[in-house]
Amino acid sequence: MTHQREAVTDGEKPDAGPDSGVVQVPLSGSGKARTGAAGFLLGSSVGRNLGLVVALFVLCLVGVATAGQQFASVDNGLTILRLASVIGVVSVGMTFVITGGGIDLSVGAIVALASVWSTTLATQSLARGNHWTLIILVALIVGMGCGLVNGLLIAYGRVVPFIATLAMLAAARGLAEIIAQRRTQIVSVPGFTDFFRHDVLGIPLLVIIFAVVAAIGWLVLNRTTFGRRTFAVGGNPEAARLAGINVQRHTVALYVIVGLCCGIAAVMIVARTTTGSSTHGTLYELDAIAAVVIGGTLLSGGRGTIVGTVLGVLIFTTLSNVFTQNNLSSSAQSVAKGLIIVVAVLLQQRLAARSNNGST
Amino acid sequence: MSVPEGAPLLEMSGIVKTFPGVRALDGVDLVVRPGEVHCLLGQNGAGKSTLIKVLAGAHRPDEGSIRWAGDPVSLSTPDTSIALGISTIYQELDLVAGLTVAENIFLGHEMSRGGLVRRGETRRKATALLARLGHQEIRVDREVGTLPASGQQIVSMARALSHDTRLIVMDEPSAALDQQEVQTLFRVIRDLTTQGVAVVYISHRLEEIRQVGDRVTVLKDGRTVATDLAAKDTPTAELIRLMTGRDIEYVFPQRTPPDSSAATLLEVENLSLNKVFADVSFTVAAGEIVGLAGLVGSGRSEILESVYGARRPNGGTVRVDGNRLRAGSVGAAVKAGIGLAPEERKSQGLLLDQPIYQNITVSSMGRFARAGFLKGSSERASATEWAKALDVRPAGVERPVRTLSGGNQQKVVLARWLLRDCRVLLLDEPTRGVDVGARSEIYAAIRSLADRGMAVVVVSSEVEEVLGLADRVLVVREGRIVHSGPATEIDEHRVLDLVMEGSAA
Repeated sequence: MTHQREAVTDGEKPDAGPDSGVVQVPLSGSGKARTGAAGFLLGSSVGRNLGLVVALFVLCLVGVATAGQQFASVDNGLTILRLASVIGVVSVGMTFVITGGGIDLSVGAIVALASVWSTTLATQSLARGNHWTLIILVALIVGMGCGLVNGLLIAYGRVVPFIATLAMLAAARGLAEIIAQRRTQIVSVPGFTDFFRHDVLGIPLLVIIFAVVAAIGWLVLNRTTFGRRTFAVGGNPEAARLAGINVQRHTVALYVIVGLCCGIAAVMIVARTTTGSSTHGTLYELDAIAAVVIGGTLLSGGRGTIVGTVLGVLIFTTLSNVFTQNNLSSSAQSVAKGLIIVVAVLLQQRLAARSNNGST
Repeated sequence: MSVPEGAPLLEMSGIVKTFPGVRALDGVDLVVRPGEVHCLLGQNGAGKSTLIKVLAGAHRPDEGSIRWAGDPVSLSTPDTSIALGISTIYQELDLVAGLTVAENIFLGHEMSRGGLVRRGETRRKATALLARLGHQEIRVDREVGTLPASGQQIVSMARALSHDTRLIVMDEPSAALDQQEVQTLFRVIRDLTTQGVAVVYISHRLEEIRQVGDRVTVLKDGRTVATDLAAKDTPTAELIRLMTGRDIEYVFPQRTPPDSSAATLLEVENLSLNKVFADVSFTVAAGEIVGLAGLVGSGRSEILESVYGARRPNGGTVRVDGNRLRAGSVGAAVKAGIGLAPEERKSQGLLLDQPIYQNITVSSMGRFARAGFLKGSSERASATEWAKALDVRPAGVERPVRTLSGGNQQKVVLARWLLRDCRVLLLDEPTRGVDVGARSEIYAAIRSLADRGMAVVVVSSEVEEVLGLADRVLVVREGRIVHSGPATEIDEHRVLDLVMEGSAA
């Protein structure tokens, strides 16, 4: 009886802000009050991901209906996954930064710089002379280095993430152009190219890399102290600081992680195209942010989902595949992408409002 | 002084508002006459906030009738309420920090011609409104973000008056104000009522209601349980009985007799922060509660934050157990066993959308992790244990902290530091936003922490709280400690004297 009463007090917060136009729904029982089937499906994270799965499924149905066997073949499926893997790895990194309350606009430029730096004549001859994995090492170091610069500027220089990474976007791509002299650099390190021609049980190595990165990302975000701190830093940095979390150091770590992901993506793109180029990764920042956001990660930080991000990437990649199969222009793809982003975010806001206060 | 007679301005009767799963309002009656200060009393969850949202047009009642100046009305949207002359000043002020005072006052109903704001007229009218509130000294071109809390409160009231207001609802207007500012607020309220404006005043502080109120309506469990009580002379015991349905006689826990052999845990020596406080020295022994009394702006919160390392002091030392802490490092303070329950619980203390258990374990996660991986079950078990020990209600550690009442949120913060085995606990305004019934629980919890051997420092604007809870009291005025002694040897008047001395001029 008393507990029932106490539950009701939730409805009236003593200092509800003026903007909380609606009173919170008092829940009786730990969060299980909205167990209406629909409420559960839409409100829980499982439900949200299910929504994305349904969207992906519908997209596939459209693909089969319009392109038939051409779409529904194993080869095409692998093509979609291969295309998804590079941007997917970047998006996993982006999920961390956004969950931690930041944003990284420089991912595409970092991918370009890392791809160029790891394929210069100097790097390649060094790699031929020693070991082909040097190419990978250089790409990862360049990626993490750029991330470190971003992180230090943001955490200790107190530059707004948007601005700091915008500057990196310009600078990193410019540097990539200078190094490559605007030429495409062909990779001719046999060990490297041979290695990435492998596949595992018919699944291309790139796809395996994406899966591994996503799995590690999920574990780190959901099962480690680092992940928990990421949610805390993104949700309420001041409270995190006063709880004893080193918010600045954590922020730097988040940007290094996304930088590392960019380095990995650069290796993947170099492997796929056997080139390094300052035009690699163009507009990756937008694709990654879009995938993260439609996946259900809050742009304001504090809530993030790797599963959602992966589904978001798959949705976008499948979409462009369906369009390509039907010989529709890339301009039409862009319009469709824009629509999907808006619809997804509108839906999420409705759901968030519902799970927060239920009275609307 | 006398209760104004005459036709009621507002009559609400039988108001019912249900949300899925709960009847937030279950038959509320409220009658407000012109020119009176009508106080609304009730515990958290009694329905006060829902009721004022109905009044503001933010919620549509399911049943019941509302009459305004005798005519039935329907307050379906905020616009309707404003048009009738109802203004609401919420507890957390809804001002735009980057706009000027004048712009804030006329926000949403700017005076314009052909789409251009008439700046001269806006400023003139804003000045006139501030003058009407007795605050000519607030410049209308000043950015609102640069004003102190009390100034912002005045701007909010000016905004309310900028509409043709006949009823102002104030939700805990004194929460962010110090004693002196509260007196100014009361003077403004009295001026307004003599002009015929009615005020609905919500506060947890009974003494304020006695000072400024005319009549009292008490809500409990979404119902009106008493109305038309005289604010001045209804006995406190009676009011508390109506609010809680039980009698509270003694809210402060019994003091544990001081143990003179107890080790000194916290030593603060000559701590200074530029232009805020200087030469602050005190010690706290294990098992002791030290209270810091002072006005808002006296430097008391900054002292706590500097001890905790959240601010970097210019000079002085902080020692825990004799070991000097690195200045300005929260990490060092936490490692040494200091915990802080900050003043702004929601913005500084809690991760509102995260579950209770994560808020409890956030400062001791390492303990539940192996190689960085969290062991969810032992984490939950420990959090549950401490949540139970402090009686966080409702039980169950999975629900987001946002859904808890203020008192239970505070218990979550306390549980966090308990779990960490913290040895020095700094509490800044531990009962802000916590209702009367739940306060005694917080007091009891704090005392039991001290009895476990913690050294506790409590900062509070409420002198009564400091005197009732602490073993020793330090009085802070203008950044200096002006008095230090046992709590039992000083009374409220003396503390107020010390606190205000010099600032009266």
